[in-house]
Amino acid sequence: MTFFDIHQQYNWDTVKVSIHSKTVKDVEDALAKPNRTLEDFKALISPAASPFLEQMAQKSQEITQKRFGKTIQLYVPLYLSNECTNSCIYCGFRCENETARVTLNEHQVLKEVEVIKAMGYENVLLVTGEHPKKNGCDYLQKIIRLIKPHFSQISLEVAPLDNEGYKLLVNEGVHAVYVYQETYNSERYPVYHPRGKKSNMQYRLETADRLGEEGVRKVGLGCLLGLEDWRTDSFFTALHINYLEKKWWRTKFSISFPRMRPFAGSYKPNVEVTDQDLLQLICACRIFNEEVEVTLSTREQPKFRDNLVKLGITAMSAGSKTEPGGYAENSKELEQFKITDDRSPKEICEMINYKGYEVVWKDWDECLQTNI
Amino acid sequence: MHKMKPLIIAGKEFNSRLFTGTGKFSSNKLMGEAILASCSELVTVALKRVNLNNDTDDMLVHLQQPNINLLPNTSGVRNAKEAVFAAKLAREALGTNWVKLEIHPDPKYLLADGEETLAATTILAKEGFIVLPYIQADPVLCKKLEEAGAAAVMPLGSPIGSNQGLQTRDFLRIIIEQSNIPVIIDAGLGAPSHAAEAMEMGADAVLINTAIAIANNPVNMAIAFKMSVEAGRLAFEARLAPSAHFAQASSPLTSFLNEL
Repeated sequence: MTFFDIHQQYNWDTVKVSIHSKTVKDVEDALAKPNRTLEDFKALISPAASPFLEQMAQKSQEITQKRFGKTIQLYVPLYLSNECTNSCIYCGFRCENETARVTLNEHQVLKEVEVIKAMGYENVLLVTGEHPKKNGCDYLQKIIRLIKPHFSQISLEVAPLDNEGYKLLVNEGVHAVYVYQETYNSERYPVYHPRGKKSNMQYRLETADRLGEEGVRKVGLGCLLGLEDWRTDSFFTALHINYLEKKWWRTKFSISFPRMRPFAGSYKPNVEVTDQDLLQLICACRIFNEEVEVTLSTREQPKFRDNLVKLGITAMSAGSKTEPGGYAENSKELEQFKITDDRSPKEICEMINYKGYEVVWKDWDECLQTNI
Repeated sequence: MHKMKPLIIAGKEFNSRLFTGTGKFSSNKLMGEAILASCSELVTVALKRVNLNNDTDDMLVHLQQPNINLLPNTSGVRNAKEAVFAAKLAREALGTNWVKLEIHPDPKYLLADGEETLAATTILAKEGFIVLPYIQADPVLCKKLEEAGAAAVMPLGSPIGSNQGLQTRDFLRIIIEQSNIPVIIDAGLGAPSHAAEAMEMGADAVLINTAIAIANNPVNMAIAFKMSVEAGRLAFEARLAPSAHFAQASSPLTSFLNEL
């Protein structure tokens, strides 16, 4: 059994109705309990919970501090390639977009690494589009070997791979893999992902199971906010994590809720997700799951990010470039999406310290990892 | 002036029975100040957090004090093989053969894997390491670890970071009673009263991290824990009067002898 089978047991519309029919009483009950169920999570993300936002934020802060202390981890994305055979209608890398396509060679990658290291990073996230010939497993293996001496923690946000691919890359030292479902709505998924490997929703839904099976230490999940009803999509994300935690109990989980940003080709979000909505969602996730890591990227604006530092998140990116070669060369025309918070890591660090939090640059050492 | 007996682990004497951790503080500076205020002489450092290639790692800089000994921990490793490697790395990087074994394949509750911990203890003790394993409050496992050469055992009071106090007290009592090596209550102590209770029971030391690190005033909380550990230990050494639920007549069953 994989998460695909669990997913099939749920009906999108029924879940949506159930979330929207939660009452103030349900929210109060959810907040009062020591441990929360998925039904409680529904209450916490429901419209009925909006008057409880302050209370939720306080609880979220308390729980997060207990588990993670007053710390925020910093990481940085390294975009290796914007070559992609998919045509996800909301993405700047979709193959129909007539932007220049680049896959960094080893020399270019090392130039990027030099800039990233100078910013103080030990934790790097490698990002690519999906093009098996240009940026598939062989390419990733080559790049990981190249940069391994420079980082203590290497993570991936690349196309889903098969078991063999993950096994290979875990053995090369990959620590974490992030694969966002984008939407769990099976009727609408094909509308957003009409062609290419990514159009296979089942394969994507089963990706975290493959990662668990191959012993990846940390798996990141999430949905793209702006496509479908955010409440329903985040319920399915919570369901997914709930299932995974029990089955792949050795794996650590991380969650992220990227809000859609403008990009080349300018797809407009279908649904608006306000700042208040996103805050409610992050607090609800924390209250529901005390151990999950929560990431907030530079997609969000500075003031929002500054305030979220103390309210439930555990990791942030800073100084990010979303185009291959962006750190050493800075050519914005290739970027996947526009970032909103363009402050340098040093500035973000100062902000975090000012909030009374310490920055964690390093939380793992690749050399401690043995193959399983 | 009353004084606690010093604690001896692997031949090394400690005047403080409060060990502290270094995670979760809002700044490394504040961590240094709180640890100094606690008078702790043994301080755990997560190897995964230390920049081993950098002599001026900010966390280590704040721990450079004459009375502070570092106890590297293997937090994050999932099996004996990784733990043994981590211990060797720590010895090389930090110049100490002391190691706190933390082998928790479960990243959610960070519960120790007894089997792997025993295996790693056996290997490391043979290689001359001073091994302090963090484990469940499992009396049989504690005896096995003692036989395998552990320098002390570190059973948990309740799940790590939970601040729930001595939920495992019945098993801790057995461990303390049976142990020939120091017993350090490691996790879940959320308030000075929890630490005092552990010490009153006869624990040799306690290790506190979260409760100090995330307090509104970590320095004062560190002092509070220091005082409670000392109070609990002194009470243990002075032998607490046994408690009872009922008032007792001095000799209810035998007083008739006086009436004969």
